[in-house]
Amino acid sequence: MYVSPIREPLIKGNKTYSQITQDIAAPIEGKPGKAWYMGLTISLSAMFFGLAMMGYTVWEGIGSWGLNRTIGWGWGITNFVWWVGIGHAGTFISAILLLFRQKWRTSINRSAEAMTIFAILCAGLFPLIHMGRPLLAFFVFPYPNTRGLWVNFNSPLLWDVFAISTYLLVSLLFWYMGLIPDIGTMRDRVSSKIKKYVYGLLSFGWTGSVKHWQRHEKLSLILAGIAAPLVLSVHSIVSADFATSIIPGWHTTIFPPYFVAGAIFSGFAMVLTLLVVTRKVLNLENYITLAHIESMNKIIIATGSIVGIAYMTELFISWYSGVEYEQYAFLNRATGPYWWAYAIMMTCNVISPQLLWFRKLRRNLVFTFILSIFINIGMWFERFVIIVTSLHRDYLPSSWSMYSPTIVEVGIFIGTLGLFFSCFLLFIRVFPVIAIAEIKTVVKSSGEKETKNETL
Amino acid sequence: MKKYWKSQHEKNESSEAKITKHTPKGNLEQVLDIFEDGTAEAKSNRRDFLKLCGYSLAITTVLSSCENTVQKAIPYLNKPEEITPGIANYYASTYMNASDYASILIKTREGRPIKIEGNNLSPISNGACSARVQASVLSLYDNSRYQSPQIEKEKVSWDKFDDSILKALDSQKENKIALLTPTIFSPSTRKAIKYFTDAYPNIKWIQYDTQSASAILQAQKLCFGKDGLPDYRFNKANLIVSFDADFLGTWLNPSEYIKTYTDTRKLSGSLNKMSRHIQFESRMSLTGSNADERHAIKPSELNLLIAQLYNEIVILKGQQKHDVPEATKIIKELAKDLLEQKSHSVVVSGSQELNAQILINAINYELENFNSSINLENPLLNHQAIDEDMDQLIDNLASGQVKGLICYHTNPVYSHPKGEKIKKAIESLSFSLSIHETPNETSSLMKYIAPDNHYLESWNDAEIKKDSYSLMQPAIHPLFDTRQFQASLLKWSGQDVDYHKFIMKHWEETLFPSQTLYTNFKSYWEHTLQEGIFQTKTVSGNKLKFAELDIIKILEAITQKKKTNRIELQIYEKVTIGDGSMANNPWLQEMPDPISKICWDNYLNISPKQAKELGLETGNMIKLNGDLELPVYILPGQAYNTVSIAMGYGRTICGKVGKDVGFKASHLNTNQHSSVTLEKIEGHFDFAMTQTHHSMEGRAIVREANLDEYQKNPKAGNDHKHEYKNAGIYKEPEFPNHHWGLAIDLNACVGCGACTIACQAENNVPIVGKKEVIRAHEMSWIRIDRYFSGDENEPGVVFQPVMCQHCDNAPCENVCPVAATNHSSEGLNQMIYNRCIGTRYCGNNCPYKVRRFNWFDYTQADSIPNNLHDPTGMTLDLSRMVLNPDVTIRAKGVIEKCSMCVQRIQEGKLNAKLEGRKVKDGDIKTACQQTCPSGAILFGDLNDKGSDLFKLASSDRNYHLLEEIHTLPSVSYLTKIRNKKS
Repeated sequence: MYVSPIREPLIKGNKTYSQITQDIAAPIEGKPGKAWYMGLTISLSAMFFGLAMMGYTVWEGIGSWGLNRTIGWGWGITNFVWWVGIGHAGTFISAILLLFRQKWRTSINRSAEAMTIFAILCAGLFPLIHMGRPLLAFFVFPYPNTRGLWVNFNSPLLWDVFAISTYLLVSLLFWYMGLIPDIGTMRDRVSSKIKKYVYGLLSFGWTGSVKHWQRHEKLSLILAGIAAPLVLSVHSIVSADFATSIIPGWHTTIFPPYFVAGAIFSGFAMVLTLLVVTRKVLNLENYITLAHIESMNKIIIATGSIVGIAYMTELFISWYSGVEYEQYAFLNRATGPYWWAYAIMMTCNVISPQLLWFRKLRRNLVFTFILSIFINIGMWFERFVIIVTSLHRDYLPSSWSMYSPTIVEVGIFIGTLGLFFSCFLLFIRVFPVIAIAEIKTVVKSSGEKETKNETL
Repeated sequence: MKKYWKSQHEKNESSEAKITKHTPKGNLEQVLDIFEDGTAEAKSNRRDFLKLCGYSLAITTVLSSCENTVQKAIPYLNKPEEITPGIANYYASTYMNASDYASILIKTREGRPIKIEGNNLSPISNGACSARVQASVLSLYDNSRYQSPQIEKEKVSWDKFDDSILKALDSQKENKIALLTPTIFSPSTRKAIKYFTDAYPNIKWIQYDTQSASAILQAQKLCFGKDGLPDYRFNKANLIVSFDADFLGTWLNPSEYIKTYTDTRKLSGSLNKMSRHIQFESRMSLTGSNADERHAIKPSELNLLIAQLYNEIVILKGQQKHDVPEATKIIKELAKDLLEQKSHSVVVSGSQELNAQILINAINYELENFNSSINLENPLLNHQAIDEDMDQLIDNLASGQVKGLICYHTNPVYSHPKGEKIKKAIESLSFSLSIHETPNETSSLMKYIAPDNHYLESWNDAEIKKDSYSLMQPAIHPLFDTRQFQASLLKWSGQDVDYHKFIMKHWEETLFPSQTLYTNFKSYWEHTLQEGIFQTKTVSGNKLKFAELDIIKILEAITQKKKTNRIELQIYEKVTIGDGSMANNPWLQEMPDPISKICWDNYLNISPKQAKELGLETGNMIKLNGDLELPVYILPGQAYNTVSIAMGYGRTICGKVGKDVGFKASHLNTNQHSSVTLEKIEGHFDFAMTQTHHSMEGRAIVREANLDEYQKNPKAGNDHKHEYKNAGIYKEPEFPNHHWGLAIDLNACVGCGACTIACQAENNVPIVGKKEVIRAHEMSWIRIDRYFSGDENEPGVVFQPVMCQHCDNAPCENVCPVAATNHSSEGLNQMIYNRCIGTRYCGNNCPYKVRRFNWFDYTQADSIPNNLHDPTGMTLDLSRMVLNPDVTIRAKGVIEKCSMCVQRIQEGKLNAKLEGRKVKDGDIKTACQQTCPSGAILFGDLNDKGSDLFKLASSDRNYHLLEEIHTLPSVSYLTKIRNKKS
């Protein structure tokens, strides 16, 4: 396939196929370093702390959170939306970029998809744990029963249930399907009997025959076709939780596109946070190059600007609507008691990504890492601003109230971070972080050697 | 085979059984048939056998796998004739405590009193109950009550106790003993006391009221030679002027006054006139907040204003002018207006000074209000204590002249300003006896404790006003080993008669002859007991004559007092806790004060201007007079240079609930306009405040207009209509039969909060405690929003009761994922607790924020152990007896809210069905409506074009709260109309 000579190579260091396999399989075959053990210890401790806090919530009741009669959702749903948002990058990269034939996706799609699944796991915990009676959560499923009970299909929360579970299922399938050839590779490389047996089981008998490859490719495309609309639909439906309500600041038709853009924005930020570190620690700089970082930064500035426009549109429309409640809600966001949250959101999400117009900064790893953290924080505050500042002062001033989280809510959030990073740390030790089979498909066209030869 | 039958019955029965055999049966019934053996014809086939096996297996599995707690429901051995399980019985009775009087119906279920309802037959309380009356039923089940007689903290039997008392009384024959009671307006009790003091002539009876009306009583005596308090008839007044009398809140007989006051302030199509109300006061009281015109003054300025008003009236009437400083324009205008409304005005004052009350009498006399809007023929009798008597007693106790003290239902050590002095005196007394229900600061010092019955366990009678009688009857056998005060007195005076008989005898002798309707006493008594009240005819007295008093001297005494610039302190009673005798009642503790919306505390009210000067904010701490550290509440409308604090708090000896709640203030109450010093100190205090934002932010939440605008246009203030038919995406529901709704007249609602406690009692609404209220976790189904408007030093105040609006296009209904909240075919927004999983989405999406979430296990209905949050002991077995069995208690993690008293609707419908008719307008009353003293809440059927509700809902003043968001509520409000002078 023709690749423009001005394009940067996607794989550096004149890698051969076997070098690629060796480089990527190295973290699985070698012994983990101290840093990994430390990281896992911290993550697991955080996770268990979170689990304890969840247990406490179930035992004592939601009263152990900082919510009240006016503000029924706080950190819990903020974290839910945040994690769902983060879970958007993986599928976007693997499905939409696959359909658009973006070759650079091959270096990052595996870890991004893994991240998606872990993020969805974290996100899924919150709707469950924030319920007053989580043991009865199965009521949300429309299962046939003799009592003639049925769910309410008018409720966006119910759509959420289907949207999130579908998304998790498709993402998981897609991810695992991509893993199969690589698991086959691992099966052939590991020496321990047990490992061989387990990888053998997981590889579903992959032999690498042409028929297998043919089916693999077909299914990839089919799943990409299914997953691509999901990228758009999941966060649209999450946004419907708010958009279909009547609370000023929630009741907004712009929410679906605004949420999707925000989700991709935050998802890429999280991918960057993880990969900037991972490529260094696992010596994968040749595969995840500055060119990859720059491409992702370009997506960040695009989606970040969409988000910025959405914020401005909201403000304009609230003024233009002439509805006093609507106007107050946005005035209160910017100047009310939670002005600082709005300021953090604006700084992190709208102003700071604009620095990426400079090429130097786009290719600066330290800057990229700091910016990605900024965006993670900013996007968390976006959800906080939407949820809490809209609720805390709605229609009747008599009920206006304030909200601050308790240690239990913070603990659960920390717990999900722990869960997320524990999963990720285990993942990099068990499965290839980069899709070996897929990256080999681009090494001929976009490897360093190839591009150099052509420019010569 | 030939069939032999033993009796005709058996023969008929078998033939009946044959008939029923042929009726078609459902699947389950068929299966159940298998279990009935003895039916010879029923042949079991293979299918039945398999079914039987299957069902047996299933049942055995289910039964053996579930461990259920065994709850024993024991049937009556002998069922009392009048009790049908599931059906409530009502007994007429009377509530009386301090300023609260109500003729009531006690609702009992299976022998337990569970709710107090007003008695509609009473012309005085008019079927209304105040919050305290509503809460009184909970005091019956107070765990801290005395449970048996005690001598020096030792529990003894009544026999032994009586012996000791008689011996002690005999040995004290030479010593002076005082019997201290609150005002007794029960004729039979007075007679019993007389018997007692006759038997022991060394015992002197003294009455002491925590809310003194001494000055008014003395003024009545001096001016007209009459006893008792004037009977104010606010419904006959077009102009009401109050000088610091909180007559809607706590003053004298507020429940009756709310009714008569609001009678002249309700507007309807035909009636477009209302009274005007002017209030002079220093603290923003409930009364002041309802006034059309309110003037913030210092307590020390009160008397001078009264004097000036008197002078102006006299001048206008062309009489001799007095030497009083020139009055302001306000007073001059007021004098003119009052004369215009001659004989149709009321001037009242809460002043504790005799001179002021004499002038008030003189003003009303000049205005010819007596025997029109103020009646002296039927004086109010619930305050009869004279302050001097109590002062005398304290001196005598201190000096040792009085050597014994008997306290009945009074707690002077706590409530009297000289409490410390009394405490010291009691400790050195040779005889001290307390007759009280619960331990308190006084009784804990006493040697003998004779526990009194709760009023729901007692017989009594009352004469609240001359010729207006009511009866009290027990609705339950005494829960503990207690005996009512009057029975004890009779016992100790050697009368071998029980108090019930004693009352009957008294009534037979005195009241029975005064009527002609009944010829024998038994039927008279039974009817009266059933109705609860009895009126005798009033004999008209002579023409009223104002005594020759030296008015000039009185005016001189008033004008001589110099104005000071010092900060003055006023002690007041809260609408909720009152004098503190009910401090152990969690319902009252958790009821927000109507003005400050703070519960579980008292605080120092300070004016906004003064707060600015001292750099204070609500919740800051202040040092009062250099010793008492108090939190500050900035009260809009509090007069500058004045502060106020509520009494009734800071109880040190009472049950667990009221102990150490707030700060004791009674010792500061010195009746002199005591000046105080304020000093800001470090520290912050968290108030349990149910409303923290006080402005309507310019939103049309409470719509109001002035009377002149209303007279021109009944739609005044309500001219924007935002409701359209079928504007939503969902089809509007149809209500083929009933469409229940409420209308709330904002002009009638005074904000007293009685409805909130009635709702709490009716619907088993949990108490969450102070810490939880601070976290905005209060559970009230109905709340009263209070908004201030205008200048914070002279604010306008509006009240708005808000409960679930039962929207026909309810935002909560479509967002619930499991359909746990839905719409009934009668327009109710229903909550299905069983189905609720607690996402709180409905609560978020409710624009009225009336949905309440069970944050913790408040009721012990949760299946997880050891997670109960019950700071006030409401889940103790004893307290649980107050629960209404018709209303489910809610478990942790579910949403609850106003159901429009669906259990009452159901009861009304069933009663109508039994009688074979449709539900009539007025059959069903919600709990809030039932208790409302002003009749501001009306329940009814919006489909019934003839109903009162329909009339209100189609009036020009009717509007829906937040109607612009198309929620289509079934609850509507009527605009508030003020009568400001234009």
